[in-house]
Amino acid sequence: MLRLRNVDAGYGPLSVLRRVTLHVAAGEIVTIVGANGAGKTTLLETVAGLVRPRAGEIVFDGTGITRVATERIVALGCSLVPEGRQVFAPMPVRENLLLGAHVQYARGKRHEVAEDLERVYRLFPILRSRDGQLAGTLSGGEQQMLAIGRALMARPKLMMLDEPSMGLAPLVVKDIFAILRRIREAGTTVLLVEQNARGALRIADRGYVLETGRIVLQGTAEELLANRDVQRAYLGSDLDAENRVMP
Amino acid sequence: MNGTETRIWEPQHECMDRAELEQLQLERLEATLSRVYRHVSFYRKTFDGIGFNPDDFRSLADLARLPFTTKADLRQNHPYGLFAVPLRDIVRVHASSGTTGLSTAVGYTRNDMRTWSNLTARVLVAGGVGKEDVVQIAFDYGLFTGAFGLHQGAERLGASVVPVSSANARRQVGIMRDYRTTALVTTPSHALNIADAMIEMGVNPAALSLKHGLFGAEPWSESMRKEIEEKLEITATDNYGLSEVMGPGVAAECLEKKGLHLAEDHFLFEVIDPDTLAPVPPGTPGELVVTTLTKEGIPVIRYRTRDLTAILDAPCPCGRTLRRMARVKGRTDDMLIVKGAKVFPSEIEAVLLEIEGTEPHYQVQVDREAGTDLVTVLVEVSESLFFDEMKKQSVLRDTIVKRLASELGVTVDVKLVGKKTLERSDGKARRVVDRRKLD
Repeated sequence: MLRLRNVDAGYGPLSVLRRVTLHVAAGEIVTIVGANGAGKTTLLETVAGLVRPRAGEIVFDGTGITRVATERIVALGCSLVPEGRQVFAPMPVRENLLLGAHVQYARGKRHEVAEDLERVYRLFPILRSRDGQLAGTLSGGEQQMLAIGRALMARPKLMMLDEPSMGLAPLVVKDIFAILRRIREAGTTVLLVEQNARGALRIADRGYVLETGRIVLQGTAEELLANRDVQRAYLGSDLDAENRVMP
Repeated sequence: MNGTETRIWEPQHECMDRAELEQLQLERLEATLSRVYRHVSFYRKTFDGIGFNPDDFRSLADLARLPFTTKADLRQNHPYGLFAVPLRDIVRVHASSGTTGLSTAVGYTRNDMRTWSNLTARVLVAGGVGKEDVVQIAFDYGLFTGAFGLHQGAERLGASVVPVSSANARRQVGIMRDYRTTALVTTPSHALNIADAMIEMGVNPAALSLKHGLFGAEPWSESMRKEIEEKLEITATDNYGLSEVMGPGVAAECLEKKGLHLAEDHFLFEVIDPDTLAPVPPGTPGELVVTTLTKEGIPVIRYRTRDLTAILDAPCPCGRTLRRMARVKGRTDDMLIVKGAKVFPSEIEAVLLEIEGTEPHYQVQVDREAGTDLVTVLVEVSESLFFDEMKKQSVLRDTIVKRLASELGVTVDVKLVGKKTLERSDGKARRVVDRRKLD
C-alpha cells in the first residue's frame, strides 16, 4: 500500500528525517512510535506531500508520489487526519464532513456522497445527533471523531492519523482506538502516529520506533511491546512491564 | 505432488514475495545499523574509522562498504563488549563451541529467544517434524547452542521433546526404542555411532518408530547422508547455524534435500572470496558472511563465518522463496594446502564413504615441514580385515590412495587402523588433527 525508501526530509536548514525506510501493507494497522520531536509528524506530512522529501522514494498503491501535490495524493486515496483535529469551528458538523467529500465530487462520484455521509454517521452516531451544531462547540473527543469522519468522506485506501489521542480523556482515547480498528475492518489501511505507544501498539499489527529522525527498531506490535528499550522509553514504568511480559 | 503435503512453519515469511523481502531486509538492516552505531562502541569506532556514516546507507548493495566482523573482534570484546543492550535485558547467555580456540559469549533478549525458537521450529518442520513427533535431542546441553536451540523450536512446535543430551550411543538407542522417538537431533557423526550401537545391540531399525534425522554442527557429505538414511531407515536433513549470529536456525534443508534454505528475513547472507574479500555471485563458492537483521542482544555486522559454501538462487519446488546455500564444504581454516593444492577434509570423507570395507570413521592428521602440509589419513577398517587378511588390507590401502589421488589431485599417505581405535566423541567428531605450527 505504502512504501518509503531512504526518505530524508526537513525544514530549511533543519534535517528531521534521515533515510526512513518503512512499508504499510494493505489491511494493516501500522504505528510509528517516538518521542516528541522525533520526526513523526514530519513523516506523515512528507507522505501527504506537505513537506518535500530531499531524497528517497515514496510509493503509494503502486504510484510514485515522492514529489506529487497533496490534492493529487488525496485523490489517489491517501488521507491525513492532522494533529489537533483542525476542524472548521464556525461551520456545522455536516458541512465539515461534506468538505471532506470534495475528492469524491472531483472523481465524479457525487451520487455516492450521501451514502458516505450515512456510513460516517453510522460509525459515529454522536455526530449524527450533532449534525447541525457548530464544530467549535463539540468536545475534544467529538472533534477528533469529526476529523476522522471528514477524512473517511474522501474514501481513503490509507488513512494516516497524527496523534488522535492527544489531549483526550482515557475513556475517549479507548473509543477512538476502537473506531480505528473498525475502520480497518471495513477495509481502510491505517498508519498511526502516537505518543501513546501502549495504546497504539495494542491495536497495531506492526510498528516502527523513530528516534531523532531515524528508525531504530521495527517489528510486530507484540515484539515491540516486549522490547525493553521500548518499555523504558515509551511504555513508562519498567516494573509494570516486567510483571506483564510473559515468555 | 506425491501425496505428502509440504509443511512450512512460517509461510508468511518463508514464502515471501522477493521484492517484499528486500524491503523488509532494508528496513531491518537500517534499523540495526542505527542501533549498533548508537549502542556498541566497537561498531561506532570501526564505522568512524573507515568514514562510514550509517545515515548514508541507502541500499543493500551498500553492505559491501561495511567492515567485516571476525572471531578476533568477538574475542577482544569478550564477554559482553559487543552486546547492544544492558545485561539486565539479556535472558540467556550461550557461547560458541570453540571449534577454533577460545569460545566467546553471546546473549539473547526475550525477543531474540522468541525469534530463535521460531527459526528452529522452521528447521524441524522443514525436516519433516510436526507436533505429533517425539524429538530426541542428542546434543550436549550447555553453553553450546545446538541442544537448547532445537529444544526450544521443538517445544514451540508442540512436539514432545526428549532431552537426552550427550548420553552414549547405546543409551540413545535404548531411549529411542523405549520412548518411541520419531525424530533424532544430533551431529551426523553421532548418528553413525548410534547406527553402529544398534547393530551391536541387535536392534532392528525397522522395528523402531524413528522417521526423521536432523543433523548439524559439523560438515558432512552426501554419501554420509545416504549411509545414515540407509542404516537408520530415516530421512536425514542438514541444518546450519553458528552461535555468533544465533545458533541453529540460520539455514536448513527441506525434504528436497538440495541445499539449505537461508533465514533471509532475519539474516543477510553474502558469499565472499576469502582471498580478495570481494562478494561473489550466487553459485560461486566462497566464505559465508552473515549480518543479523533482528538480533537485539548481540547484533553482528558482516560476520565472517569461515564456512565455505555457495548461495543457490534457483527456486525450490517446496514453495519456500528463501534462497538456499550449498552444504558447507569445510572451513577456510580447515583448508589444507598439500603440495600446492587446496584440500578439504570433507572431500576426503566423501571418497572414503564410497569405498567398500572402510568404516565411516577416519582422521586426517596434518603436519608441516618446510612449508608443505604433510597429510596422513587414518581409516578404520573392519576387525576381520584388520587382523586376518594382510593381502586384502594392502589392496584396500592402495585403492584408497588411488581414489584420493584422483579426487584430490595430490597423493596423501593412508594408514589403516583397527575398528574403534580412533578417538570417538559424542559431540563433534575430531576429523582433523592439525599439528602445523602456523604463525
